[in-house]
Amino acid sequence: MPVQTQGKDTAGEPAVRKAEAPSGPRGTTRGTTASSGRRAAAAPYLLLLPALLATLILLGWPLVKNGMLSFQNLNARQLIQHLTEWNGVENYQEALGSSEFWSVVQRTVWFTAANVVLIMLLGTLIGLLLARLGRRMRLLLMLGLVLAWAMPVIAATTVYQWLFAQRFGVVNWLLDKAGWHSMADYNWLGTQFSTFSVVTLLIVWQSVPFVAINLYAATTTVPKELYEAASLDGAGAWTSFTSVTFPFLRPFLYATTFLEVIWVFKAFPQIFAINEGGPDRLTETLPIYAFVEGVGNQHFGMGAAISFLTILVLIVITSYYLRAVIKQEEDEL
Amino acid sequence: MKRSPFGRIWPNATAVLLFAVFAFPVYWMFATAFKPQGDIISEDPVWFPTDVTLAHFDKAVHADHFWTLVRNSVTVTVVAVLLSLVIALLASFALARMRFKGRRGFIVTFMLAQMAPWEVMVIAIYMLVRDSDMLDSLVPLTAFYMMMVLPLTLLTLRGYVAAVPKELEESAMVDGCTRTQAFVKVIFPLLAPGLMATSLFGFITAWNEFPLVLILNKGIEHQTLPLWLSQFRTAFGDDWGATMAASSLFALPILILFIFLQRKAVSGLTDGAVKG
Repeated sequence: MPVQTQGKDTAGEPAVRKAEAPSGPRGTTRGTTASSGRRAAAAPYLLLLPALLATLILLGWPLVKNGMLSFQNLNARQLIQHLTEWNGVENYQEALGSSEFWSVVQRTVWFTAANVVLIMLLGTLIGLLLARLGRRMRLLLMLGLVLAWAMPVIAATTVYQWLFAQRFGVVNWLLDKAGWHSMADYNWLGTQFSTFSVVTLLIVWQSVPFVAINLYAATTTVPKELYEAASLDGAGAWTSFTSVTFPFLRPFLYATTFLEVIWVFKAFPQIFAINEGGPDRLTETLPIYAFVEGVGNQHFGMGAAISFLTILVLIVITSYYLRAVIKQEEDEL
Repeated sequence: MKRSPFGRIWPNATAVLLFAVFAFPVYWMFATAFKPQGDIISEDPVWFPTDVTLAHFDKAVHADHFWTLVRNSVTVTVVAVLLSLVIALLASFALARMRFKGRRGFIVTFMLAQMAPWEVMVIAIYMLVRDSDMLDSLVPLTAFYMMMVLPLTLLTLRGYVAAVPKELEESAMVDGCTRTQAFVKVIFPLLAPGLMATSLFGFITAWNEFPLVLILNKGIEHQTLPLWLSQFRTAFGDDWGATMAASSLFALPILILFIFLQRKAVSGLTDGAVKG
């Protein structure tokens, strides 16, 4: 679960300032040799070296390789014979020129938007509910949330397949008992909409706890005096929410929305393991599409091009927040 | 604000309902795993298993290669998380305690690395691993899982290191410790809870990883549990009892770890990553 936000460096800052002050033998005696001074100056870089090397080799290299592959004509034949056939921007032209690609992009954006809106709405409401509950009820609800949150994705996917199984699935039984008899033997993986519904339910169920618990944690940091001041000014529940709670929670909501967008956009196992993007490839989002085209259909060069375009789409969607994060980090360091 | 007893009914009722909604799938997984076959495929669901059987667990653990897969998953996860902790600890110490040129650039780099779209880089990774003749091996998997969890581990640990008062370290150094000794003797023990909480998310990520192992390791004896579990239809037919037993075994370690470490991890994330 990727969690970084905000880039505020309030905790690191004072420590770092102090580190600037001469410390240790370097500043106290003038007799320090130049070499030990140089060693001290090199220390941070040496400490960072393993992390940096790992990032370059394990992340940078695949990214570069991905870029190179996307300009190659690389299918099963070239792969087996280890041929390198450059074909310029042909892959990109073909992808951008096909209506299929654009419909996948559109589908991915809608899918991401629908999920994130549901997650943020429900997560916020449940987070606020947590803040209102008594201790015991709060612990109970927390336990439920933590269980859903901690379920490994593939285990959760398997359980959802069982809940929504055509025969003996408990969801169909409930719908049938509720009077919706045509649902008794409903095949949830038979249509695009119903498959997406199951996937959405699964993703929302697993993501809401993170938002709710974080939001609740954030509400506990709101100073009580602010509420007292608000109620002295005659603010009701709603006004005190909009004038005190919400402004306080805004950074958290902002950061969490950003994380959820990335997370939902990249969702792979949930969709793939439930129905491999089916029926008829109708639930393929961009990551699945890149995988099926590239690996499944052995158009590796094409898959690489699609994957690059996918990264591009993700960057466009998140650019606003990304810029804010980087700018904030640079301002505050 | 005072609330009347009546005003508590709705929030409490909603809380109970929500608890049921969130906990039910997990309950249903465990419940199904213990039910006799007849109760699983009954026209009306058996909500509380009265007849309990271990047959499904027996079937799951005796499935071909099950223990090899468990060993693979545990090895890859543990090694990846430990490696990333060591590497991140070194780096976080530099980032939290030292002032040097390019520090800001490093931090931004790791923040961006955390957004790495691993799900769409599988083709490039496949080509790199194939060209190094390392397909069907746990080594590249471990390396990439390490990288997947490294940025978060690093950024979170930076917060924990920064939170340890610098004076502790300084007084140890006044007492004659070198900087390294001060770190090992004074700071490291204080970081232990933070290290545990931080590694939780690493464990979950590596334990769960699916697309990479799907493409890199085709031979079943080199796969990991998530991949095996996702292919249960071929492994078990439509045997939901065995499938739910296998899912339970797969989920249990993480559920236990999470419930124990959750409180620390959550506050660690908010203190360490959000503010830190």
